[in-house]
Amino acid sequence: MSSNRQAATTNPWRAPILFAILAALFVMEGTMRNAMFSGSWNTALGILNMGLISAITALGVNMQWGYAGLFNVGVVGFLALGGVAPVLIATQPVEGAWNAGGSRVLIALAVGLGTLALAVQAWKRLRAGRGLAVLVILIAGFVIYRWLFDPAVSAIEANNPARHGNIGGLGLPVLLSWAVGGAFAAAAAWAVGKVALGLRSDYLAIATLGIGEIIVAVLKNEDWLARGVKNVTSIPRPVPYEIELQGNPEFVSFAQRWGFSAAEASGIWVKLCYMSLFLVVLLAIILLAELALKSPWGRMMRAIRDNETAAEAMGKDVTARHLQVFILGSAVIGIAGAMMITQDGLMAPVGYNPLRYTFLIWVMVIVGGSGNNWGAVLGAVLIWFLWIKAEVWGPALIGVLTAPLPEGGLKDHLLDSAAHMRFIAMGLVLLLVLRFAPRGLVPEK
Amino acid sequence: MDILNALVAFLNFVFIPAAAYGAQLALGALGVTLIYGILRFSNFAHGDTMAFGTAVTILVTWALQAAGISLGPLPTALLALPLGIAGTAAMVLLTDRAVYRFYRVQKAAPIILVMASVGVMFLMNGLTRLLIGVDEQRFADGARFVINVRDFREMTGLQEGLALKTTQALTVIVAVIVVWALFWFLNRTKSGKAMRAYSDNEDLALLSGIDPEKVVRLTWIIAASLATIAGVLYGLDKAFKPFNYFQILLPIFAAAIVGGLGNPLGAIAGGFVVAFSEVAITYPWLKVAGYLFPGWEPGGLLQLLGTEYKFAVSFVILIVVLLFKPTGLFRGKSV
Amino acid sequence: MSDAEKAFGKRGNRDASVVNPRPAGTVDGSRRSGPVGPGREGDPFLIGEGMSGGYGRGPDILHDCTIAVEKGQIAVIVGPNGAGKSTAMKAIFGMLDLRKGSVRLDGRDITALNPQDRVKAGMGFVPQVNNIFPSMSCEENLEMGAFIRDDDIADTMAQVYDLFPILKEKRRQAAGELSGGQRQQLAVGRALMTRPSLLMLDEPTAGVSPIVMDELFDRIIAIARGGLPILMVEQNAKQAMAIADKAYVLVQGANAHTGSGKELMNNDEVRRTFLGG
Repeated sequence: MSSNRQAATTNPWRAPILFAILAALFVMEGTMRNAMFSGSWNTALGILNMGLISAITALGVNMQWGYAGLFNVGVVGFLALGGVAPVLIATQPVEGAWNAGGSRVLIALAVGLGTLALAVQAWKRLRAGRGLAVLVILIAGFVIYRWLFDPAVSAIEANNPARHGNIGGLGLPVLLSWAVGGAFAAAAAWAVGKVALGLRSDYLAIATLGIGEIIVAVLKNEDWLARGVKNVTSIPRPVPYEIELQGNPEFVSFAQRWGFSAAEASGIWVKLCYMSLFLVVLLAIILLAELALKSPWGRMMRAIRDNETAAEAMGKDVTARHLQVFILGSAVIGIAGAMMITQDGLMAPVGYNPLRYTFLIWVMVIVGGSGNNWGAVLGAVLIWFLWIKAEVWGPALIGVLTAPLPEGGLKDHLLDSAAHMRFIAMGLVLLLVLRFAPRGLVPEK
Repeated sequence: MDILNALVAFLNFVFIPAAAYGAQLALGALGVTLIYGILRFSNFAHGDTMAFGTAVTILVTWALQAAGISLGPLPTALLALPLGIAGTAAMVLLTDRAVYRFYRVQKAAPIILVMASVGVMFLMNGLTRLLIGVDEQRFADGARFVINVRDFREMTGLQEGLALKTTQALTVIVAVIVVWALFWFLNRTKSGKAMRAYSDNEDLALLSGIDPEKVVRLTWIIAASLATIAGVLYGLDKAFKPFNYFQILLPIFAAAIVGGLGNPLGAIAGGFVVAFSEVAITYPWLKVAGYLFPGWEPGGLLQLLGTEYKFAVSFVILIVVLLFKPTGLFRGKSV
Repeated sequence: MSDAEKAFGKRGNRDASVVNPRPAGTVDGSRRSGPVGPGREGDPFLIGEGMSGGYGRGPDILHDCTIAVEKGQIAVIVGPNGAGKSTAMKAIFGMLDLRKGSVRLDGRDITALNPQDRVKAGMGFVPQVNNIFPSMSCEENLEMGAFIRDDDIADTMAQVYDLFPILKEKRRQAAGELSGGQRQQLAVGRALMTRPSLLMLDEPTAGVSPIVMDELFDRIIAIARGGLPILMVEQNAKQAMAIADKAYVLVQGANAHTGSGKELMNNDEVRRTFLGG
């Protein structure tokens, strides 16, 4: 049934042309004001910046999926976990929070982890009655943990709850938190991967789905950590504030020379600063990923992916390699999560919707081209652009389609719900790419 | 007396809610496990199929209510259910024809079907939003309780009350009937056996004259029916909110895997295991303990985990079962 | 390999939570049958004549190969490993794209039929492996064998149970729990349930112990004595030829020697090159 819809050797100009088209879309968004585009550089750059963050997330997923064939459906969790880092690292310390129960929380968490470690060791070392021993360890550990944890949390949350009620940050530079975000996600990935990849056959997908939900639930409910649904605001920025720029006469005159108002120019300037930072991270990750892929380690990864049985027979530890790449990919997702929170300046856990932060990322990876880093970037920025613009284009389309309908309930209903067209659009894009260009826009070489 | 009170509290707060929730999960997991057995992939669109089916049923219910038709003490939605099932089955068959069949004919790797199901998930999600929006909808009408707390207290003279909601009783009854019908179908009818045969050995089924396309169509129709019934029961019991139906995918998958993917009996067991653990672990046992051990003041709610972490429970159950029984409680192999 | 396969390669195939590890079927169930033509004057009951072809777009495995079975006889296909024995049988059963040649059964040209329709036309086929439904009971396996029949199957089932008493004993047991020999009996029984006019066995004795093998051969002879023509591929050439009315020795997908079992056993060249002395 093979039909060569996509030639085996793709045109070398394919990727550059597609990137040029993408750039043209952004230029049109920035310059043309009509029904389709906003004509605002602020909007265009805003979309681009979020697109770049999505691209980094997609790179992480692409490492796991493209290099090792691991199906991660908990992207939202790793992204959210990365987002905790700016809150804990970069925000100012909360007065009294540490004294209220900071160290007790740390001890409680250590006891919790220690209990798990002890239980695992007991299970491995003991022979007779190990089930009972493990049970006793777990119950005792849990009781001690709750005894330590609950009062500490109450104390922290009682500390100035209107403004804080959380443990607060360390007041360190926010850029540092990006690396820490990666480390957080990597640690979670290690725990999940250790369990889910070590079984006879992988159960990674369901395990990641679960851990994703759990991490988001923790963020929503553990007020002491990041204020839960009360949100943490005013996370420090690595770039200047618009207000500062607008108050700077030099900047104002610079903006006027280019024909922009100070308000508009300051927004653009800030977004350009973010864009440069994001681009540096993105390019660094791509560079490292490509170098890794060309190294002996990368060759081994591909060998394992293409023929696991043969690789195993040659003495490669497939599970260990999978764990490595799963951790690396998750770390990249965590970095993206920290970057996202830094850009927003706001930690709002209710926003972590798996459809948006897990499955949309998957659409990006598949549309871009599994296994190809540039493809993932292209797919991510393009899909993000469409996702945002579909909110505008959907109602416009529905408006045209329903024009002949008589005025009434149905027409109003359709017009009201037109914003939901983006979900249908994304589904269609994914299905069409899967059907007619399964190797993606920029196929793997 | 105190032991009776404790028992009633347990029944009221743990057993009855968990039984109803377990029945809903079991029906959902049965759909997932059937698709996994026959079409060889985990259908990520199952939660949204449930939402879609429920949305259609709600629309029909509203139409019936507007026309003044009701079922007396039972929810009108039951009357609307057949139409909801028909609509969902039609929708699902359409996606099979337009999406999945192409890959099946190609004998594509099942992971591609998983990807395609993500696309279908987006589509279904969008359609449900178009149909009914994202807000919470309550559509249970008729009598609210079979037994309410005050009547129960007066009847028994116990201090602790027990309430049995109509929707809970209905959920369990409908689930029992549906599961019985499904098993009768799978084990006693020619078409049902053909489904099991296909899931056992596709080639041999084909060579025995079983039409694979018919088996697949039947599977989709059954899965759509199960999804709609599960969705409507869940919506009646709690409320309909599309996003909750997406989130319920995790406990449903967990139930199907805990029971052994591909095994219907396992899906049912898995549904109840997950539901009972979830409710038992997130229930504050203080009240029950108070009756059982008078005078003991534990100084807490005796709640192992907050209800907001109920998803964590399905996850932990899943991990524990997989660690000790990698193929699930019932070996996952047959449909 | 399809485009989609190429795109995803072997990715994701390890994750049992999303992908069922059961292998997909290999028979293309979507292929439609072509028309049935008339047979030829003086044909044997079954003949695959001048067959050339291979799997999909791959190279030809069969080269002008001819296999025939007369009514009431046992025909065996033997040959060294990789000679295309099973391929020849699959070609007769329609699981292979024939470039040249035709298959005719009982006075009809069935070359254009797909395997399912060949079963309906009277062929009973027992694959070499995966020839039972492991999670279903023995009785259900037999019922599935009779899937295309709408009449009462009780008599046929009783006949199968007479032929293989062990199956009656284990009729409620899951087929997957049977021993190797019992499985093969069940597989043959399943194929008999359609009341075929021809039985095709692909290495029925592969992987069973010598004692079980003898028993299986006995049963096969018993079936043939009942008047059902049998075409069989066999590894154990000596034993197969001993019971064969007609034997075909294939070498590299082509007929090397043809004759009655006895003739070939006495043929020096066959003995030297193939039977080992």
